[in-house]
Amino acid sequence: MDLLIFEHPILIVQALMDGVLLGILFALIAYGMALQWGVMNIINIAQGELVIMGGYVAYFLYMNGIHPAFGVIVSPIVMYFVGIGIYKLVINKVVDKDLFTSILATFGISILMMQLMNFMFGADVVVAQSNFGTTMLFDNSVTLPNSKIFASAISVIAAIILVLYMKKSKLGRAIRATAQNARAAKILGVDTEKVYASTFGINAALCGVAGALIAITFTLHPYVGLPYTVRSFMIVIVAGLGNLPGVALSGMGLGVFEEFADYLLGTEFRIASVFLLLVLILVYRRFKLARSREYLK
Amino acid sequence: MLSNINKKDIFIYLGVLAFALIAPNVFSDYRIQFTFWLILIILAITWNIQGGEMGYNTFGNIMFFGVGMYVCASIQIGMFFDLGQWTVSGGEKTFIHTPDQYFQGLWVGLLAAAIIPAIIAFVIGYGVLGLRGHYFAICTLGIGIASGELAGGIEIIGAGQGMTAPPWPKDIGGTEYRNEFFYYLTLALFVMTFVFIKWLYSTRFRLVLNAIRDNEDKAEAMGIETMRYKITGWVISAFFVGLAGGLVGNIVGYIEPVEVAFDGREMGVFMVLMCILGGKGTLWGPVIGASVFHIFKESFWSYFLGWQYVALGVLIIVIVVYLPEGIMGFLRDKKPEWFGEVMDEEDRKAQVTLD
Repeated sequence: MDLLIFEHPILIVQALMDGVLLGILFALIAYGMALQWGVMNIINIAQGELVIMGGYVAYFLYMNGIHPAFGVIVSPIVMYFVGIGIYKLVINKVVDKDLFTSILATFGISILMMQLMNFMFGADVVVAQSNFGTTMLFDNSVTLPNSKIFASAISVIAAIILVLYMKKSKLGRAIRATAQNARAAKILGVDTEKVYASTFGINAALCGVAGALIAITFTLHPYVGLPYTVRSFMIVIVAGLGNLPGVALSGMGLGVFEEFADYLLGTEFRIASVFLLLVLILVYRRFKLARSREYLK
Repeated sequence: MLSNINKKDIFIYLGVLAFALIAPNVFSDYRIQFTFWLILIILAITWNIQGGEMGYNTFGNIMFFGVGMYVCASIQIGMFFDLGQWTVSGGEKTFIHTPDQYFQGLWVGLLAAAIIPAIIAFVIGYGVLGLRGHYFAICTLGIGIASGELAGGIEIIGAGQGMTAPPWPKDIGGTEYRNEFFYYLTLALFVMTFVFIKWLYSTRFRLVLNAIRDNEDKAEAMGIETMRYKITGWVISAFFVGLAGGLVGNIVGYIEPVEVAFDGREMGVFMVLMCILGGKGTLWGPVIGASVFHIFKESFWSYFLGWQYVALGVLIIVIVVYLPEGIMGFLRDKKPEWFGEVMDEEDRKAQVTLD
């Protein structure tokens, strides 16, 4: 393991930029997770599979000769209905149960979706070429694929649209009211069942956007969904529910962490470092919270 | 200890034991399936200590399984040969264990496969078991997957390609004999696990675990050092799961990080599922759940190859949504008298349903 990053400090700039651009994507997925966690109190293990499925929608367009960038528009529409379908079939039966029930049920959905995608698209690593070219910075020593810049720009736009929608529209107000107090919202005439369904649908649509962007910037494989779930879970617990700047910042932080882990430990430990970071964050959080629970000796 | 077993139960135990001793000899083609049946029961009843009795739903017990598997095989090989060369050269072709070496290695390896996971559970227990509810579930999920990814990066145990466990020595009988040997070894482990856990559940320990499940803060306020009990419970699980892992490594003969050892998508989910299917928080629930699940799994895995994960996903959803109390919970609801719950005829008549 020759630590290339110390020999060529310019790689630090490269890792930082890659990490930030990647992190914006993670933050978009995490925002969807925070949304459904806050509103419906479920943790969706199938979040990553929704992302990958959204990516395969863009890949499907690409295979049929359409530029995959259009996936950014098509994929959320398809995924919205997939999300509504999943909600109607499974999620509405576990919404009011304890969290472990929803974790296990969505774990089942995740396994199911993995295998279905494997049947439909095969177990090969695929990528949808966007042919956006590359931007060179600092005398060609830092390379930034334009597709990554495009992806971050679209993510930011999607997030802004969603925030405005949640603030201004009637449904957005209903969703926020349900998140604050579902019973009170129901008494005041909010159809919470419909709110839950739309929340899950909006989350799936967000995953669709993120997935389409991942399809053109990175690679797709039926079995790589779980790391995305874990990343978004991590971002949400670090930032807290409903803290949008926090989600964006911790998303970028995670992206940068991953790029550096990639350079320092080697690519084979990249996924391991994500999962270990999750464990570390949770254990750190446990000790931080435990300090406030003191015993009389 | 025998005093708390009543007469009716003795017949059940003898029946199960007789079945376990006779059936694999009658259906000797299915001996491997019977071995895995016992392994699954062991995994389910140890998971029940966390998930059922203590209310800590772990996805991380698979780590002990994988660690046990790797530790056992590495010691079996490392005691006599160079482990690095074994994995590089594809193992069994260059180095051959004599029967004496094989069995010495197996006993020492199994001992270590039990103790090292238990030590790991003890070390990480303080940090991890302080988490509650879904944080614990996700954290252990992360631990299970991270350990698989880490094992996939370590060269000496074969990294992503995996390694072979020592093959059965040639001069002491063929595959038939080997399968028979491992079946009885697994049966011994099963009996040991079951008797130990049965005894454990008759002590105060189970009451403490149930108190933790029902209300941990209250249990703490009553003066119970909950952390000590939680760690002890996890160490016990790790001990038996590690042993099971060591055995499976030898039975399968080939150890690979993500698909065999730390297989969160199969064994890791199976143990949760079997326990919930049978009924959490009972002694017999996991046994029944594992048996039913094993039959389901074997038929699906062999007749609908390729669709097994679809079936697994559907099964998880169906069990979680429609049968959250499991088979035992269902029976308890329908036939409370089987569980020693006396219900007065007058009480039954007095019941009013609110609909």
